[in-house]
Amino acid sequence: MASKYIHAYYTDDDVLMLAVKRVKAAKHHIEEVYCPFPVHGLDKAMGLAPTRIAITSFMYGCLGLIVAIVMMNYMMIEDWPQDIGGKPSFTYIQNMPAFVPIMFELTVFFAAHLMVITFYLRSRLWPFKKAENPDIRSTDDHFIMEIELHDNEKELKDLLIDTGAVEINIAEKNSH
Amino acid sequence: MYTFSNRLKIGSVILMAIGLLGMGYGFFTMPATVEEAKAMVASHDTGHGEAAAAEAGHAEGTGHAAVAESHDASHDEHLLHQLQNRPWAALYVAAIFFMVIALGVLAFYAIQRAAQAGWSPLLFRIMEGITAYLVPGGVIVFVILVLSVLHMNHLFVWMDPEVVEHDKLLQGKAGYLNPTFFLIRAVIFMGGWILYREYSRKLSLAQDTADDNTSFKKNFRISAGFLVFYLVTESMMSWDWLMSLEPHWFSTLFGWYVFASMIVSGITVIAMITIYLKSRGFLPNVNDSHVHDLAKYMFGFCIFWAYLWFSQFMLIWYANIPEEVTYFIARIADYKLPFFGMLATNFVLPFLLLMNSDYKRVNWFVVMAGIIILGGQYINFFQMIMPSTVGDQWYIGIPEIGAVMFFAGFFIFWVFRAIASAPLEAQHDPFIEESRHYHY
Repeated sequence: MASKYIHAYYTDDDVLMLAVKRVKAAKHHIEEVYCPFPVHGLDKAMGLAPTRIAITSFMYGCLGLIVAIVMMNYMMIEDWPQDIGGKPSFTYIQNMPAFVPIMFELTVFFAAHLMVITFYLRSRLWPFKKAENPDIRSTDDHFIMEIELHDNEKELKDLLIDTGAVEINIAEKNSH
Repeated sequence: MYTFSNRLKIGSVILMAIGLLGMGYGFFTMPATVEEAKAMVASHDTGHGEAAAAEAGHAEGTGHAAVAESHDASHDEHLLHQLQNRPWAALYVAAIFFMVIALGVLAFYAIQRAAQAGWSPLLFRIMEGITAYLVPGGVIVFVILVLSVLHMNHLFVWMDPEVVEHDKLLQGKAGYLNPTFFLIRAVIFMGGWILYREYSRKLSLAQDTADDNTSFKKNFRISAGFLVFYLVTESMMSWDWLMSLEPHWFSTLFGWYVFASMIVSGITVIAMITIYLKSRGFLPNVNDSHVHDLAKYMFGFCIFWAYLWFSQFMLIWYANIPEEVTYFIARIADYKLPFFGMLATNFVLPFLLLMNSDYKRVNWFVVMAGIIILGGQYINFFQMIMPSTVGDQWYIGIPEIGAVMFFAGFFIFWVFRAIASAPLEAQHDPFIEESRHYHY
């Protein structure tokens, strides 16, 4: 279903922050803000729910740790035990110190890579993805605030101009 | 302006008094003769005595009675020295531990100064209060070292000329490890640290009433200079006062390892005192973001400590060279619980407790984690010092707890007295405004 959106353009992140706070104070729901660079504190001002990526990161780290333990146990203890530096690989626990660097590395590897992949998927970013930003200028020097319209065009426009918007457009697009 | 509350003052004095009694008990019950030492060990655990008897019987059976006897006598002598060392070592562990907290805070403070950090100037007066302890704490450690040189105790075996006489390795190291040079180094280290601390404090107070930033700039310069001095002397200090307890053994990253301990303990104490003062209604401008930052440092340096502990352990474990592994064999054989337990208290627990960003802002949570870290770091110094001085005759009993209580009381007394001696917020610091509005 196509719905109507209002796009307000800003040229300064401080102005944008104040504008976001005022629009929120006027009880409008901000759909999205497109920025050329991350604006510190914008998520809080927009009232976005806190990210849960840290929790996934912790779980991926645990997964990496388990993979490392199982992998080293299979390679070095079960499948092909070797005597390295006078330390025969009889049991896992005896050789554990030698495996700690691998456990550490795989924990970090899993946590980091899977977290990035999760972030991309969650942000709906994948190869050959068509850009979602409504205006190419949001990758250069403009910040665009997107608000859904519910027969309140005039009132919203006045408010947005008052907050320092340099340009206001009405756009129609299909909701994803 | 903070006033040293009477309750805290009385509490710290009581701690000191009980601690003194505990340490006195340790020195009072110290065995004076070999017979007393043997009786003490026999009454403590009969198992050990039986094992020794069986060993002696075995030696006689093989016809080496004379050898066994002389070996037994030297063993008994050794036992006596270990038991005589125990109250000294208990005193030394606690004295070093609390001095090192002040030294770690001094390093952290100098880093803040040299980096011209914007978030931390609100905490400068707390850090300066803690580093005030460096003067009496350092003097106490120095006195213990002088007493060791005077053979009042047997903490450092290389100070005994008879031992050196029969020891090729120690003779080779005598150019560095000799009592005179040892004390000269101690004077230089302590003198340098205390000089920087006092001068920086003076400049910090001068900045309060200044119209320009000359004191601030001077403080910046001497802090950068001090960090260079500190990195060298801290490393050498750890060789001298901790590593030389086991004079045959050496580890090249020992200085870093001790540094990690001192900085994590120091930052933990800064966080705890900040939270305490805040809970009393002082430091109105210190917010959760400051506590969050301190907790981040606690978290990070716990991991750093574990990294260095493991690096030291793994290389020695893997290479398996006899003169290197002795250090760990002594600890794993006789100190299993504190040796591996400190991995839990210094790494696993703080790692899991402080991992969540939100928990780093919960003050009581940070204090809880801090108590675990401080306990674990005490154990860390305990197992650096005890195995080399008292061997398997260790126990965390009245002398050890007494020493900790005495130094904790003294530390609290001295630090809070110093904090009360100046306004809690540094005025006219160019970054104080940024610190007040610090928000993460």
